[in-house]
Amino acid sequence: MTALAHSALPTQVGLLAGRAVRRIVRQPAQLVFPILFPLILLAVNTSGLDAATRLPGFPTASYLDFALAIPFMQGALFAALNGGQDLARDIQGGFLDRLAMTPMSGAALLAGQLGGALFMGVVSAVLYLVVGVAFGAGIASGVGGALVLVALAIAISFAFACFGTFVALRAGTGEAVQGFFPLFFVLLFLSSAFFPRDLIEQDWFRVVATYNPVSYMVEGIRSLVITGWDWQALVQAFGLSALAIAAFLALSARALRTRLVRT
Amino acid sequence: MSALGRTRSVALAVAWRGIHNAFTNPAFLLPSVLFPLFFFVAFAGGLSGVQNAPDFAFKSGYTSFQFAFVCVQAAAFGGVFTGFAIAADFEFGFARRLMLAAPNRGGIVIGYMISAAVRAVFVLVVVFLAGLVSGMRIDGSLGDFAALLVLALAVSAVSTLWSAGIAMRLRTMQAGPVMQMPVFILLFLAPVYVPLNLVAGWVHDIARFNPATAFLEASRGFVSGEPTKVGITAACLAAMFVLASLWARGGLRSAERAG
Repeated sequence: MTALAHSALPTQVGLLAGRAVRRIVRQPAQLVFPILFPLILLAVNTSGLDAATRLPGFPTASYLDFALAIPFMQGALFAALNGGQDLARDIQGGFLDRLAMTPMSGAALLAGQLGGALFMGVVSAVLYLVVGVAFGAGIASGVGGALVLVALAIAISFAFACFGTFVALRAGTGEAVQGFFPLFFVLLFLSSAFFPRDLIEQDWFRVVATYNPVSYMVEGIRSLVITGWDWQALVQAFGLSALAIAAFLALSARALRTRLVRT
Repeated sequence: MSALGRTRSVALAVAWRGIHNAFTNPAFLLPSVLFPLFFFVAFAGGLSGVQNAPDFAFKSGYTSFQFAFVCVQAAAFGGVFTGFAIAADFEFGFARRLMLAAPNRGGIVIGYMISAAVRAVFVLVVVFLAGLVSGMRIDGSLGDFAALLVLALAVSAVSTLWSAGIAMRLRTMQAGPVMQMPVFILLFLAPVYVPLNLVAGWVHDIARFNPATAFLEASRGFVSGEPTKVGITAACLAAMFVLASLWARGGLRSAERAG
């Protein structure tokens, strides 16, 4: 702990991020379930909603291509949940209090904690892409698009993780983080994740999906899979992710300061 | 007091406690209400366009189509949530005290089943009202809806027995996913979004032999006033009830051995 406290910022971040990653790897339930569940749902939805591709105006002939964006979002949600719960556990278990007694910087704590979520984001994004392509999904934007897709998925995952971190720091309990999980799911299901916005029949649902930022994140990923290079969709998706990262990082930093003062 | 009387008194006491806990603590009841309600809103609202696909044949409309699914899902997940409560009772030591006090421990499981059934009825009423508000078309008769309720209660009983078997064997709340995942997979490997003839690929192959397909088709038949696959549904549920009862009894024995 002493070595950690007196080391440079990158070393502190590296040590704490390494701890966060090791904690995920050592708990298979944290690694397997968040990765496996979205893939199961993708497989089920691809068969269950294949008939939708026969609708006039549906943007692709393969529902797998259309739905491939969904696991990336679900993976991001699980990363946020797990990252937030890990931090809450640190708070509840007194680890954060002990760290606060060292000269370690708050920035290192935040960045280190988010390192675990970033790791989950990278692993799950690459895996979803590989599984999708292995089962016949085509990436319309090519290899370059696939790389951008992974980058966007990581950015989205990071944005959600920042939100999870903020909730954990603010509330300080795993139950509070868990309590936000349904909200994440509501955001995903009330978006254009499962159906194109212009084909949604219910007006109220289309309005909600239009104002739901998750729709634009999904559509950014989806554009790379089924459209090619749709710059507007990409700018919206990256822009919203960046905005969410900036906002929730700032809120997290503030919540951390408040928590450390209390300590 | 006769053996039957002792079982009944234990069952009613456990049921009352479960119902009281559920209705006085929103944290217990809300997930079992909100999840089906949310799925109903999300599926019926967001996916209704799929009813325009060629060969989609269901005369009562997509909201009614999804209402039938949500009824079965709410009943099944109500049982799973009851399993969570049983696991929590074991984790916090209450179930052990209950087993020491109960003259007939089978009554404990029956009590949990009764509380799950009451919760299921409550959730179904809420979902039904939400359906009415959202303009759901009802073509089934009162008798059809009574049959739908019986089907849902039978699904709830099977699901509760399954989850109780897990909860009493593992006796920890961490067993939640073990209870939930098989139920989730069984339900979603059935024609959830479209009729069976429009389900594609390997899910279609599984759905043809999945008992949940019969439950969903029977439920949709009751909602649309054209009962279908009632016999096969009743037979499947009877068989599953027997198997789940044996499973729960094994769980109870396991908990008794653990002390």
